[in-house]
Amino acid sequence: MNLRTIAWNNLKRRKTRMIFLVAGLLIGVATVVTIVSLGQALTMEAQHRMENFGANIILAPKSDELSLSYGGIDLGGFSIAVSEIAEKDLDKIKEIPNARNIAAVAPKLLGSVSVQGSRVLLMGVDEEKEFHVKRWWTLEGRALESNDELVAGSQVAMTLGLSLGDVVPVNERRMTLVGILHETGSQDDDLLISTLDDAQAILDKPGLITMAEVAALCADCPLEDIVIQLTQALPNVKVTALQQVVKTRMHALNQFQTFSLGIAAVVVVIGALVVFVTMMGSVKERTREIGIFRALGFRRSHVMNLILTEVVAVSTLAGVLGYLIGMGVTSMVMPFFSQAQEGGHSVVHWDPMLGVGALALALVVGSLASYYPALQASRMDPTEALRTL
Amino acid sequence: MSFIEIENLKKVYSSDADCVTALGGVSLRVAEGCFLGVMGQSGSGKSTILSILGGLCHPTEGTICIDGISLYDLGVEKLADFRREYLGFVFQAFNLVPYLTAMENVMLPLAVKKMGRSEKVRRAMDVLGRVGLSDRAAHLPSQLSGGEQERVAIARALVNAPPLILADEPTGSLDSETSQEIMALLQELNAEGQTIVMVTHNLENREYFHRTVHLKDGLLLRDSADSSQQEAV
Repeated sequence: MNLRTIAWNNLKRRKTRMIFLVAGLLIGVATVVTIVSLGQALTMEAQHRMENFGANIILAPKSDELSLSYGGIDLGGFSIAVSEIAEKDLDKIKEIPNARNIAAVAPKLLGSVSVQGSRVLLMGVDEEKEFHVKRWWTLEGRALESNDELVAGSQVAMTLGLSLGDVVPVNERRMTLVGILHETGSQDDDLLISTLDDAQAILDKPGLITMAEVAALCADCPLEDIVIQLTQALPNVKVTALQQVVKTRMHALNQFQTFSLGIAAVVVVIGALVVFVTMMGSVKERTREIGIFRALGFRRSHVMNLILTEVVAVSTLAGVLGYLIGMGVTSMVMPFFSQAQEGGHSVVHWDPMLGVGALALALVVGSLASYYPALQASRMDPTEALRTL
Repeated sequence: MSFIEIENLKKVYSSDADCVTALGGVSLRVAEGCFLGVMGQSGSGKSTILSILGGLCHPTEGTICIDGISLYDLGVEKLADFRREYLGFVFQAFNLVPYLTAMENVMLPLAVKKMGRSEKVRRAMDVLGRVGLSDRAAHLPSQLSGGEQERVAIARALVNAPPLILADEPTGSLDSETSQEIMALLQELNAEGQTIVMVTHNLENREYFHRTVHLKDGLLLRDSADSSQQEAV
């Protein structure tokens, strides 16, 4: 028999009140858990999508010349000598400190070729990585699988009158057209795409590439640092980060999280008020009982401890249930959010730190909201409380 | 030195509207081992004097010492410790905690003491045995009769082996037969050396007391100790 026994027996007896207390805290905690875990899951999903969305770092040969093209419009008249990068240099990317943040490296060799008497831009690619990075590409036919195969951009196919299965002579090398890209509205529409090996052979540039696109995108990866690391690893290569893509996406996510946490804060405050009002009611209801405790020699601190012990028990229960329910709600609603945003990769992570945070939140809010009622109870005049003496 | 020393005790209840004098200057000395009955009509101040004796209500004026300890010179928490170690309360309305069993109610004064559970249980069962309720230890107050509840309340007052028991109309809500049983129990405890101060308005209980004081309008009207002395003279 100690204060915990009394607290436990009281909670068992006053089940309805306990349910109110737990519910008040639980709703607040579950809302916070839902919002935080949903935010985390959406951030991860966004990262994943952004990785699929494409490259955000461009590796190109270093040049002192200024670019004279903008928005796809090339102001001709200046012949800029195009140099290449050694393909094997790309291996150095794996050695940078943030190598784990590099999702994909897609090398390319670009060169002009003659097809049916027309000059066309040929792009040799690592077929697996290129089609992985450019998920938005959709094809009539299929992607490249081996050498001597060709995929044509929609504009090239139309201009040259190419259709699937055609054998196309490229600089006198006969290649089979296995796929035609649906219109992308980008420069890709004007390309012929082959494997990197074929392009190097046709353009007579073995072991060389013109550029590489790097996909390195995640919330915690410092893009600026990665650029510096790549510049140090590849001193002869110009490393350019497409900051805008990342920043816009992350800004949108941050706004979502700020807004959500604002709502969560309001819900937590309401939960705290519910606990406060319920505890004040409980203290009033227990006036006589507290008077008995005081008359029997309980110190004020004992009465405070008794009430706070009950609050800790209730808060712990609310914290655990709030975490489980919050994660459950996230798991349930996540597919809807994912579907709304083009579907795909939606995984809810059961983060133990979030569980600890939920428990801590419930304990802090419950204790703060109950402190004043407990203080009131401890200061109660025993004679007034008993009204019998 | 007497076990209880009350000097010029005054208590005035003030409100915005008026002031009510509950005690108008009572002085009293009670020896250790005495069974003192405090009698009087409603509003005579008998319950107030018991509250002040129990360290529950500060007097407006005067001093009160129990076993040489001046109660109201103690701080709030020390006064709570004093209540726990020196006093056992028996209330008219029993004042048992409804969600605790008879044994748990009896153990309440021990709940905040550093003592092993087995020792607490042993003491509780011991006093429950003394009041004849060993077989009702696991029952809730709602499962006990009025007399049994009063016995549990007495057992709770005894569990800490306090030097003084304060009883406020312990038979007030009991039938005549049960009242006699409770009075007999209190008398038995007193015979074992327990000092008891009991407030009652029931004249039939007078026969159990060593000494009876009568209060009227907050003043000491009659003290049987004085009468005995006068009779002796």
